Amino acid sequence: MELLKQISQSLQDGDDEKVASLTKDALTAGMTARQILDESLIAGMTIIGNKFKAHEIFLPDVLLSARTMYAGLELLKPHFLKDDIPSRGKVVIGTVQGDLHDIGKNLVGIMLKGAGYEVIDLGNDVPPAKFVDTAVSQGAAIIGTSALLTTTMPMMAQVAGILKERGLTGKIKLIIGGAPVSDAFAREIGADAYGFDAVKAVEIVDRFLAGR
Amino acid sequence: MRPTIAFLNRDLIERIIAEGRDILCRLGVTIHNQTALSLLSDHGAAVDTTRFHVRFTPDLIDRAVKAAPKGFKLYDVLGEETVDLSGMKVHYTPGSAALNILDGATGRMRRPTTADYVQYVKLMGGMMHIASQSTAFIPADVPEKISDSYRLYLSLLHGEKPVVTGAFTVESFGVMKDMQVAIRGSDERLKAKPLTIFSCCPTSPLKWSEVTCQNLLDCARYHIPVEFIAMPLSGFISPVTLVGTLVQHTAETLSGLVISQLANPGTPILYGGSPAIFDIRYETTPMGAVETEMIDCAYNEIGKYLGLPTQAYIALSDAKQVDAQAGLETSMGATLAALSGINNISGPGMLDFESCFSLEKLVVDNEICGMTLRMIAGIEPKEDFPSLPHFEELLRDGHLLISKHTRKYRREEIYLPGPAIDRANRARWAEEGSKTLMERAAAQVAEIEAAAAPSRLPEEVKRELTRLMTFEAHKYGMDTLPR
Repeated sequence: MELLKQISQSLQDGDDEKVASLTKDALTAGMTARQILDESLIAGMTIIGNKFKAHEIFLPDVLLSARTMYAGLELLKPHFLKDDIPSRGKVVIGTVQGDLHDIGKNLVGIMLKGAGYEVIDLGNDVPPAKFVDTAVSQGAAIIGTSALLTTTMPMMAQVAGILKERGLTGKIKLIIGGAPVSDAFAREIGADAYGFDAVKAVEIVDRFLAGR
Repeated sequence: MRPTIAFLNRDLIERIIAEGRDILCRLGVTIHNQTALSLLSDHGAAVDTTRFHVRFTPDLIDRAVKAAPKGFKLYDVLGEETVDLSGMKVHYTPGSAALNILDGATGRMRRPTTADYVQYVKLMGGMMHIASQSTAFIPADVPEKISDSYRLYLSLLHGEKPVVTGAFTVESFGVMKDMQVAIRGSDERLKAKPLTIFSCCPTSPLKWSEVTCQNLLDCARYHIPVEFIAMPLSGFISPVTLVGTLVQHTAETLSGLVISQLANPGTPILYGGSPAIFDIRYETTPMGAVETEMIDCAYNEIGKYLGLPTQAYIALSDAKQVDAQAGLETSMGATLAALSGINNISGPGMLDFESCFSLEKLVVDNEICGMTLRMIAGIEPKEDFPSLPHFEELLRDGHLLISKHTRKYRREEIYLPGPAIDRANRARWAEEGSKTLMERAAAQVAEIEAAAAPSRLPEEVKRELTRLMTFEAHKYGMDTLPR
């Protein structure tokens, strides 16, 4: 139990090397991958998330822990049975067509991976149909689109339109984010949610996938 | 590189000093204090005791400048060094001796009480960028005769930081000194580790009153540091030009320096002041005027030229509320003062021509102090060269939010102000209640006060302070101290 606490603490400290070595120790000591995942890695990320919400720590601290989580998770993966690989779900993300600003989208990707989701990152300048096609072919239940420019915002409406045409509205949830977009814009174009920041994005994905 | 600013070149500094000395030697100064007059007479000054008048000699001035320390340190009530007043080091201290406070709850000005003062002292413990306390305002619930010593008592009882203070009468110096000795244990230990600075103010033009001159002599005897606070007013009781005002400030300040160094050579002093321009429209002395702040920075350059540590009342405002004017005047003053290297920068918390103190403003000003202290830490390379690896990492990862370089230098390179300063985006600001500056500052005041720990001064010393103060209060008809 002490070892699991140490992993959790090292994850909160953002120390990926220590998390990796302690995770190996835990496996050697005979703990199950599931136990390590739930009781140290996810437990640590929950504490980090709560501290972030309380404004005690900031985005880089969360990103660091998320990256550390991801490192620990990679070590655990081979120890799960094939059909029990710990993916909490798949999320397709990308920056919309005409827009090359991908910093915010990348942060969302790191955070989602850190939270245990499988992230399919389509990069930037992504045509609207590609989001939907990928989500369908990969069996992802969530699409996250990002834009920094007011001129590229309408591309998000096109993604929503394609989902509607194909009868996928509600089945595949559309989350939007980026500096110029808002809750109001999300409602206007028929998106399912607006993610104010990377942490909020994870919260929304948690909520949508828990509800399935 | 530490950024600096200068208003005077060497030639002008030397000319101003020469003119100030000339005034001291030819026109002289009026000093309503027989001890000081005898002292000056004994050392060769031309004294006319019937007119309380003295003309200095160049040699007296030279010896005083030479005798004064180039800097000194202050120690908190626990004896830890907290303030180094030397070279280009700068420290902040709140404005002092306001008659009123701005009530944060009502937005109205009123007379302060003991409870307000205790709240202020507790708040000061949390002001990370303000190194010393000052006796910031005058509680009105004690007799006037003890209003000076009582402020110091509350500051020493509840706070730990050293105190910038001053006596209003000759008599109150005794208990104000005794309280310091009680904390240090002996006169010698107090001398070794100064706890307070006393403001000693000549009266412009070119006069010393009985009280301020005696305070100056008494401080010198016990080696208690003083700051000279000359207050020439440009165009009113000093020449309208900034240079003319500086000549007068130099003469008045050097006169104090001579008295203190004759009384006790080597006694620590600050080459300070509170000059101002005179605004003929309102007949006021604006502390937030740019010319006032220029005079402050310039006499600091003169003090530095003489090799003396400096002080100024400069980071403050004449606004009546904690508004944009308060922010602009205070931050302009603090910025100029920090760049100038004024060692003891007085003013935070103060409004309304040094007559009204605001706890909320103190919280805001603490952030101004933090920003200016960051500013003078300057721009230095920190593992920036060669730059290529950083940019390779940036292009590879798309950001440097969690790079090793960022993690190592983020805290020292980027100062993050407290919640009084609004840096939220609009959505977050709205989510947190769309609070105004005053509301955010008031929340901080409450939060810091609630979290304040009691002073770690030993209980027996606290009891001795209370015994000394109660004895003093008895003399002036007060049986018990206010709670």
